[in-house]
Amino acid sequence: MTAFLPVRGPGDRLTRLFWQRPALLLGLMLAPPLLWLGLVYLGSLAALLVQSFYAIDEFSGLVVPEFTLKTYAELFRAQNLDILMRTLLMSASVTLGCAVLAFPIAWYAARHARGAWKAAFYLGVMLPLWSSYLVKVYAWKLILAKEGIIGWAAGATGTTPILEAVLAVPGIGGNSLSTSYIGTWMVFVYVWLPYMILPMQAALERVPASMLEASADLGATRGQTFRNVVLPLAMPGVIAGSIFTFSLTMGDYIIPQIIGTSARFIGQAVYQLQGTAGNLPLAAAFAVVPILVMLVYLALARRAGAFDAL
Amino acid sequence: MTSAVEFLNVSRHFGAVAAVDGVDLTIAEGSFFAMLGPSGSGKTTCLRLISGFEKPSGGEIRIFGAEVGRVPPHLRNVNTVFQDYALFPHMSVLDNVAYGLMVKGVGRRERLRRAEEMLALVKLEGYGARKPAQLSGGQRQRVALARALVNEPRVLLLDEPLGALDLKLREAMQDELKALQQRLGITFVFVTHDQHEALSMADTVAVFNQGKIAQVGRPTDVYARPRTRFVADFVGSSNVLEPAMTKALGGPEAWASLRPEAVRLVPWNKSDLRGSVTALRYLGSAMRVTVILPFGTLSVLVPAGMPMPQMGDSVGLILASNGLHVMEEA
Repeated sequence: MTAFLPVRGPGDRLTRLFWQRPALLLGLMLAPPLLWLGLVYLGSLAALLVQSFYAIDEFSGLVVPEFTLKTYAELFRAQNLDILMRTLLMSASVTLGCAVLAFPIAWYAARHARGAWKAAFYLGVMLPLWSSYLVKVYAWKLILAKEGIIGWAAGATGTTPILEAVLAVPGIGGNSLSTSYIGTWMVFVYVWLPYMILPMQAALERVPASMLEASADLGATRGQTFRNVVLPLAMPGVIAGSIFTFSLTMGDYIIPQIIGTSARFIGQAVYQLQGTAGNLPLAAAFAVVPILVMLVYLALARRAGAFDAL
Repeated sequence: MTSAVEFLNVSRHFGAVAAVDGVDLTIAEGSFFAMLGPSGSGKTTCLRLISGFEKPSGGEIRIFGAEVGRVPPHLRNVNTVFQDYALFPHMSVLDNVAYGLMVKGVGRRERLRRAEEMLALVKLEGYGARKPAQLSGGQRQRVALARALVNEPRVLLLDEPLGALDLKLREAMQDELKALQQRLGITFVFVTHDQHEALSMADTVAVFNQGKIAQVGRPTDVYARPRTRFVADFVGSSNVLEPAMTKALGGPEAWASLRPEAVRLVPWNKSDLRGSVTALRYLGSAMRVTVILPFGTLSVLVPAGMPMPQMGDSVGLILASNGLHVMEEA
C-alpha cells in the first residue's frame, strides 16, 4: 500500500487545483451570473437612470441628451401625480390584501400540514403559476363581468343588492366588478398571492414551536403571542413577500388595462410614453419611481426592526 | 403537607402509542422532583401535561389541589425552562426576562427593575442589553431560568435544561440550581435522562419506563433498593442477577441487583468466589472490571489507588454483607 491514491485523470488534477486555490472554483462559478448581472442588468438600469435625466424637445419631439431635471419636474404635474398616487395606493392595498389572505394559509402549511397535505399545499400554491398570466387575467375578466359568474351567483342567492352596494362605493366602485378598482384589486391579489404565501411560509417554518409555547407559558394570550413573537419573527418573510406584491403591482401594465377603469397606472404610462408618445425620458422617470419607493420602503422596514430576527 | 402536583391515573395516548400510561404521582410542595428515564419513556410528556401543552387522554391532574382540565397554559401559575431555552431572538436579554411581566400588564419601569433583579440572581448583571445570540450556552440557560422565575411560579418545570451544556458547566449549574431551589423554596420538577444528575439534585426521583413509573423514592432508596430490573440497570448500571446466579452468590433464588462497588477484588486464593478478568474500562476515579465466573459475569468497580488487575488475571471476589438486593419484580 502506498500513502496516496493514483491520479486517475483530469478530474483529479482539477480537484487538486481547486483544493490548492479555494477562491478559483468560487470565482469560476460566480463569473457568468456576475457578468450577466453587472452588464445586462445593472447596465440597463444605468441606461434607464441616464435617460430619465434627459428631456424631450417639445417642438421636434427628439430626446436632447443633456442633463436636466425637467423630466422629473413633469412627474409632479397633476395628471402624472394622479397616476403615481393611484399606483401607490393600489400597490399598498394589494400588498395588505395579500398579507391578510396569505397568513392563515402560510400558517397552516408551516405549522400543521404534514406529508401529503404539505405536497398538496405546494401544488395548490404553485399550480396557478404554471398557466399563462394572460389567460388567468382574461378568465377573471369573464368572472367579474356584469354577466359573469359572480353576478349570476349574486342573482341566484338574492345577494345582488349587496353586490350593488359594494359597487356603489364612491371612488372604488363602478358599473361592474370588471370595470372597477375593486375588480383590479381582486385580480392583482389573486395573481400575486403565491409570492406572498411562499416567503411567509418559509419564515413561519423557522419559528420553533417551543417559542410559541414559551410565550404561552409566560402568560401570553394568543393575541399577545401573535403580536410579540410570531409577527416579529415572521416579519422578514412578510417583507420579502410584500416586496414582490408591491413591486409587481407597481410595474404591471396588463391587469389595469384589461380589468378596471380607464385611469392609468405607472406601468401603462411607461408603456405608452416609450411607445406611441415617444417620450423615453419621461417613461424612464416614471420607471425610476417604483425603484425609489421600494428603497424608501426597505429603509423604513429596516428602521422599524423588521429584519432584527434575521 | 400539600402536594404541588398530583396525577391520578393519568394517560396520554398518541394514536395507538401510550406515551403516558396510567401514571399516579404526587409531588410535594417545595421539593426538588426529578423525572428520570430513557428517551421515549414519557417523562417529558408528563412535564408537558403539567404545563398544559398536552392534554391527558384520561385521568386527572391537580396543581395545588385544583383540577387543571379546563385551564390553558397561560393561566397556569407554572413556568417552564425549555430544553432549547426558546429565548426570543429578536428581544434583548432584559426584554426576554421581562416578557412574562409585560404580557401581564406590569408597567415598564417596574418590570425592567424586576428583570434586572432576576438577572442578578442568575449572575448575569450587565448582560441585559445583549441579544440571546450573543450569549454562550450556559448564559442562555441562565436567562431562560430568570425568564421563568421572574413570574414567581409556584412550580418550575425544567425540561432537560442542562442537556446542551458541557460536563464542567453542567456540574456547576447542577449545584447552582439546587442552591437556587433551596433558597426560593419553589417546587422544581426536573426532567433528565442522566441518572447522576437526578440522584445528585433531587429530593425525590421518579424512574420512568415505557410510559409508566417504575419506581418513586428518595435517591438513596432508588439507587440502593431498585424495585425492578429496569431500575437497577438504568440507575447506576448495576449487575442484574438471574435467580440462579443470586443463589450461587449466597442469596435466595430470585432476581437481584448487585452494585459494582459492593464487590471487592482480592487475590484469587483469598476467596472461594473466583473468576478471571475479561475487560477493563478506565473511568478516571475508578476502573470498571468485568469478571467472568463459572455461573455468569459481574461488573466490579475498583477505586483508583487500589491494586489494579490485568486482563486475564484470576481474581477472588468478596461481596459486601448487604450488597445483594432482591427485587420485588422481575
